[in-house]
Amino acid sequence: MAKYLLLKHYRGAPPAVNDVPMNQWTPEEVSAHVQYMRDFAARLEGTGEFVDSQGLSPEGMFVRYDGEGRPPVTDGPFAETKDLIAGWMVIDVETHERALELAGELSAAPGAGGKPIHEWLEVRPFLTASHTITE
Amino acid sequence: MLRALTPTVIGVLVRRGVDFATAEDAVQDALVEAFRVWPAEPPRDPKGWLVTVAWRKFLDTARADASRRHRETRVEAEPSPVAGEEVDDTLQLYFLCAHPSLTPASAVALTLRAVGGLSTRQIAQAYLVPEATMAQRISRAKRTVSGVRFNQPGDVATVLRVLYLVFNEGYSGDVDLAGEAIRLTRQLAAKINHEEVAGLLALMLLHHARRPARTGPDGRLIPLAEQDRSLWDTRLIAEGVDVLQAALARDRLGEFQAQAAIAALHADAWAAEETDWSQIVEWYDELVRLTGSPVASLNRAVAVGEADGPRAGLAALAELDPALPRHAAVAAYLHARDGDPVTAARLYAEAARSASSLPERDHLTRQAARLNTQLRS
Repeated sequence: MAKYLLLKHYRGAPPAVNDVPMNQWTPEEVSAHVQYMRDFAARLEGTGEFVDSQGLSPEGMFVRYDGEGRPPVTDGPFAETKDLIAGWMVIDVETHERALELAGELSAAPGAGGKPIHEWLEVRPFLTASHTITE
Repeated sequence: MLRALTPTVIGVLVRRGVDFATAEDAVQDALVEAFRVWPAEPPRDPKGWLVTVAWRKFLDTARADASRRHRETRVEAEPSPVAGEEVDDTLQLYFLCAHPSLTPASAVALTLRAVGGLSTRQIAQAYLVPEATMAQRISRAKRTVSGVRFNQPGDVATVLRVLYLVFNEGYSGDVDLAGEAIRLTRQLAAKINHEEVAGLLALMLLHHARRPARTGPDGRLIPLAEQDRSLWDTRLIAEGVDVLQAALARDRLGEFQAQAAIAALHADAWAAEETDWSQIVEWYDELVRLTGSPVASLNRAVAVGEADGPRAGLAALAELDPALPRHAAVAAYLHARDGDPVTAARLYAEAARSASSLPERDHLTRQAARLNTQLRS
């Protein structure tokens, strides 16, 4: 098994086919979307492939070390960063093809007009711990 | 050891007519109770105790199910006789849990639970997934094999692949999977006289012997040539070599025996320079012949580089597909040995980008950094 991160972007990914901001949908369409995501996670739990799913607030800050005995420096939030992560799902699957298949299904979540969003999801394999027998 | 009784007790329940999935659940419940009760009151007959408690757990579940569904549940109290030969229950469980209809991950999870007696939580921790996910993986696996007859003969090769996967996962969380794989392979070797079972056991023991030397205190990967060989476990090496020699004497070579032979030749050298690389190349030739595995060919190129010089290694590498995983890492190593640090540094950096494991990536990055630092000074 291999773990993959399915990464959903607010910004930074190529535009979706059904590219309407969520706040322009009807409340029923929002509920249908949320339900789809929940069902999807529940189904993956049932197949033994679910690891984690989280959403992130779009409001974030940058922080860095500023030297011994000084408080960290903060910057932002920036209204227009190029890349903004909306959330993720972590799956544990048998093959790379399976990871792509599931990402495709997740991208079919319904959006405006109840139609699939066709949004672009980024699929990234996890680096594993090392295996015992390598030589 | 309590968990070692797991397969036997499952076998007893199955012979009494309980289906495998239910029997397995009942024995897990009994194990939980044993862990709770035994420290204060150790039973005189551990197996008998487990059978009694597991049977009671099964009856409780069956009655609860029956009353919930308002219908009769058929409970066969009499052991169903097995016609003809007496089949070893433990061996049957190995076959069932590694059944070819299961995916490798399902077979691994089911084996660890039903043969190893580990709890779902422990298996989930070892594979870094939520307990609910692992529980589903196990119950799906049980459903998949529900139609398989318990006394059907199985394929040893599929069992060995499962045990090899468990061993290779190593150590994560609270569960020592490598240690567990060795225990299960030892138990299997005691049940069945098969040269490749012995070959795999030898391979595991010889690799396990090097575990204390394989990682530094900071968790970094220490390559074979740089390991402190005084840390190798000589007792495990001696046992591994004995098991391997007995297997090889049967003159039915297989891939695990060949891999173990290579590990034994490394274990034999008390300094990296004393390694008998010519013999290792010969064993890699056997391994490539037996498996056709590109990974074996890649490792063979490294061995050729040590036996006949880096140019010969690079020539062997040139015959292989550059798209193979770790191809760039091997090329980097051979170019560095050939006195070309510029090419080697570039290839190490490339290999680090495509590494699939974190310790390996860190190791390759360190190699690239070391060469680049030398080149600057």
